[in-house]
Amino acid sequence: MVKVNRQGEVWIFAEQQDGKLSDVPLELLSKGRSLADQLSVKLSAVLGGFNVKPLSDELIAHGADKVYLVEDPLLQDYQTTSYAKMLCQLIEKHQPQIVLYGATVLGRDLAPRVASALKAGLTADCTDLQIGDYTELKTKNTHKNLMLQIRPAFGGNIIATIVNYDWWPQMATVREGVMPLPERNGNLKGEIVTESIALSPQDFPLEILQRHRREKKVNLKGARIIVAGGAGVGSRENFRRIWDLANCLGAAVGGSRAAVDLGFIGHDHQVGQTGTTVRPALYIAVGISGAVQHAAGMAEAAKIVAINNNPDAPIFQIAHYGIVGDLNDVVPRLIKAIRSKQ
Amino acid sequence: MAFDCVVLVKQVPDTKAVTDQAMNEDGTVNRGALPAIFNPEDLNALELALQIKEKYGGTATVVTMGPPKAAEVLREALYRGADRVILLTDRRCAASDTLATSYILSCAVRKLDQYDIVLCGRQAIDGDTAQVGPQLAEKLNLPQVTYVEELLDLQPNAITVKRNTGAGWEKIRAPLPALLTVMDTANQPRPPGAKRMMKFKNARSRSEWAKNGVIETKKLASLQERGLLIEQWNLDDIQADLERCGQTGSPTQVHRIQNVILTTGAYKKVEPTKEGIRQMVRELIEDHTIG
Repeated sequence: MVKVNRQGEVWIFAEQQDGKLSDVPLELLSKGRSLADQLSVKLSAVLGGFNVKPLSDELIAHGADKVYLVEDPLLQDYQTTSYAKMLCQLIEKHQPQIVLYGATVLGRDLAPRVASALKAGLTADCTDLQIGDYTELKTKNTHKNLMLQIRPAFGGNIIATIVNYDWWPQMATVREGVMPLPERNGNLKGEIVTESIALSPQDFPLEILQRHRREKKVNLKGARIIVAGGAGVGSRENFRRIWDLANCLGAAVGGSRAAVDLGFIGHDHQVGQTGTTVRPALYIAVGISGAVQHAAGMAEAAKIVAINNNPDAPIFQIAHYGIVGDLNDVVPRLIKAIRSKQ
Repeated sequence: MAFDCVVLVKQVPDTKAVTDQAMNEDGTVNRGALPAIFNPEDLNALELALQIKEKYGGTATVVTMGPPKAAEVLREALYRGADRVILLTDRRCAASDTLATSYILSCAVRKLDQYDIVLCGRQAIDGDTAQVGPQLAEKLNLPQVTYVEELLDLQPNAITVKRNTGAGWEKIRAPLPALLTVMDTANQPRPPGAKRMMKFKNARSRSEWAKNGVIETKKLASLQERGLLIEQWNLDDIQADLERCGQTGSPTQVHRIQNVILTTGAYKKVEPTKEGIRQMVRELIEDHTIG
């Protein structure tokens, strides 16, 4: 357990694979920047790996004041134990007040291991982080400027705000795609602090026999317009209409969990709490009832058009435009209207 | 070559069954109205343990922490083929977060003298944190492999699995003992076996038997002999440090709970006619959403 340290920095774990940063650490930098500014402390990134130094500049250009760089050939391949050791040692040495991880498979594998070793609190899959005060119910002690960790729970039916006021650092994993990507600014200046960690063979218990990287064919996160279908589409054949509409808009195709489970569309297309979180300029939901689990992944879209034959479908409550009708009539008309305008 | 597996399971409210009937007047979730179920991915973990047992020999021990009612999932485990089930129940466990829970479970696993593989579901559907598995592995000082999709090979001292990395997969060999968290894609959990159901449908924990008025040591001993007494442990039995359990052992505190109230927006009603749809498209083009 790290002592409460009000001067402590805000840290983000800079997940990299094969010497490449994904969007996730950059999204963390954008949220971390605002938390650090509110607390008037530095924002730092922890970057481990081998031959990853060039990534430090990227992290600085996206808002990091400082990068703790650990270069070691032994860290080339991610292993839970070795990476957890690296983070524990750095956290104990520098006593940050906040440490953020992406809620990726890697982040969700690593962060709990670190939290357990440090006896620190950890909140999973946050969708928002804020700075605020918390008063203990029993003692009435008020703790100022804590990180409020906001996350859906109970299958997305409730939103919980979690605090950790004494077992520091305050740690959270943050859902992918929820925080905006900061713009790259090459003029930003930052400091690179080189660190080394003493690693021993027992820090590498696993043998990685084979690793396969599957390129994600679907880029929902980057799409400006998404046309998504749900169980209400009815069949795989009917889902063709979703593709047609998407094609005429140059849009990506999404699906609700129900549509994926029914085999209408592949898992990579799933939008929602257990799929991808998106925030496009336009989201057209066709035959999607709009359960909270789905809404959690798309309610942030700038414009939402809902097409459903059930006027009571919850999707209409978050929509900007609602069309009650049969998609087999509505979608072709919509395609026609769009084509005639272009 | 035989392997002793320990499977950690949880009874959870079926969050997918949240319907209008499960909502209170004020819009909060009425947890009492939701069915309590075997956490889905814990069934995948149990299935993997049972497959290992069938192929290589050994045992499958199932442990759950929860209120006395959680014995229900232990009966479910017995119906499917578990050799030994243990209910870890104690009021002092209440309000444990993932750190305290993993500590308590680590004390329970340590009390079992022999284990080669510890299995957990990837995550539970009530919290979706996926944290207890890795935290338990750290506390037991075991290597962990999370997001396991397939068992590839098992040797006396090593297990080889395929895990999902989110961006693909990797094949990993881990020395034993090790902890795995298992995904729903790993297997198809078997249904309860009819014969085992007949055999164990009356299996009850000490608390449950006491509720039915059965408290005599002799009677309990006879039930135990017939496999109808579900082992029950409390925090003293596993020598847990009470400072690390329950609320005092939990760093994270719930500050606020809000119900998800989707913004009842004043959405624009569009008639499903040619003209209605054309008008909407015009507006979307005018505000540069399209084109």
